[in-house]
Amino acid sequence: MAENRLSSPRRVVVIGGSTGSIEVLLQVLPALPAPLPCTLIIVVHRRNTADSTLASLFTMRSAVPVNEVDDKDPVEAGHIYLAPADYHLLVETDHTFSLDDSEKVNYSRPSIDVTFESAAAVYGPALTGILLSGANADGTRGLAMIRQRGGLTLAQQPESAQVGFMPQQAIRQQVVDRVVSIDEIIAELIRPV
Amino acid sequence: MINEQELALLLTDLLDVHGYDFTHYSRASLTRRVNRLWSLDKFPSFAELRYRVRTDTDYLKRFVEGITVNVTEMFRDPLFYRTLRTDVLTMLQAKPFIRIWHAGCSTGEEVFSMAILLKEAGLLTRALLYATDLNTEVLEQARKGIFPLGPMKQYSENYLLSGGRADFSGYYTAQYGHVKFSDDLSERMVFSTHNLVSDRSFNEFDLILCRNVLIYFDKELQERVLNLFDSSLGPLGYLALGSKETLKFSSLQLTYKQLATEKIWRKIG
Repeated sequence: MAENRLSSPRRVVVIGGSTGSIEVLLQVLPALPAPLPCTLIIVVHRRNTADSTLASLFTMRSAVPVNEVDDKDPVEAGHIYLAPADYHLLVETDHTFSLDDSEKVNYSRPSIDVTFESAAAVYGPALTGILLSGANADGTRGLAMIRQRGGLTLAQQPESAQVGFMPQQAIRQQVVDRVVSIDEIIAELIRPV
Repeated sequence: MINEQELALLLTDLLDVHGYDFTHYSRASLTRRVNRLWSLDKFPSFAELRYRVRTDTDYLKRFVEGITVNVTEMFRDPLFYRTLRTDVLTMLQAKPFIRIWHAGCSTGEEVFSMAILLKEAGLLTRALLYATDLNTEVLEQARKGIFPLGPMKQYSENYLLSGGRADFSGYYTAQYGHVKFSDDLSERMVFSTHNLVSDRSFNEFDLILCRNVLIYFDKELQERVLNLFDSSLGPLGYLALGSKETLKFSSLQLTYKQLATEKIWRKIG
């Protein structure tokens, strides 16, 4: 554990999205500088194939490489991580990732709620959760947990989203601190610690 | 929601009272599994959950089955199975007798997938598939070779992607929403309980498959189990893990060589 401390993150942003969210990420990622002042964890719903084309697609557009997580990879400062298809992605208290292939949650694996809740338990006030476009209610419970643990919760403006249902759901449940544009999402990611 | 201290109490009870050691399971996942059972089984308080687990042996069975993950499919990750066909079974062809261990086989879908591969390679009659799991219930299901009909369409697609050329439905008979796989597949299988945490090596194998089991263990237990596999593999034996599991944190990486891009390693040292 001790050797992880040096590079363990001081600020973590976790972004969850479903239908229409990859397009948003393809606008956000190219705007991010290297080094990145936070750790970014991305969870998007997609087809359950084991290939990692999405990570390569993101990496091509980003100054910071986007790593698809392997079991027990450390969570490091300034890195960008992508939840692998067909696994839930969780964070352990020793700042490593763990994976879980148990039942789908909200018809989804990876589920946004699972990652949000688990990251909230570890990072508390150092965590920002951002919910993007989607046609699913995944993410709302997770945002509620992030907020309860003192973190910041943001949702993409439903009218700017390709499918507004997912952020709208979170807004309606009153678990969102701020409704944000894509530029504001970028600003949140690059703000200093 | 269970807190860290309560989880620790529960894990101590499971070990001291019942001999099940979950103390080296990944905490984040374990916490979710326990919370899930707590809410499914409607315990009004942690104290009542704990009391039930300590004292009710029938409930204990359900609890252990519930906190372990028993989700599995046939031909999951078809390209993995394609590599088994093209790179592993071809090498095992030279052996007079082939021993395979499915560690953490759950309800047996992967064991039957393997038996189909062996049959198609003409190796089934000289192979033995040892399938083990911690849960007796799931092993009982696996032993019967009966599976729900629903996912068979998906499995059939997976089978074709894995390089299968036969008619997948020829391997089973369907009845009342279930399918039963043919006996010549299950004839070569031996099912038995085995706990990776506490039980030892019981044979020497040419191929060990343990897919999506190690993800539930912490690094220390992973290393112990990988060493158990190492001592259970013959020279030039193969070890197959899940698609996101790796030897990169293990001492085994020095004496194992990965095949292409799949999570299959060959023992070289």
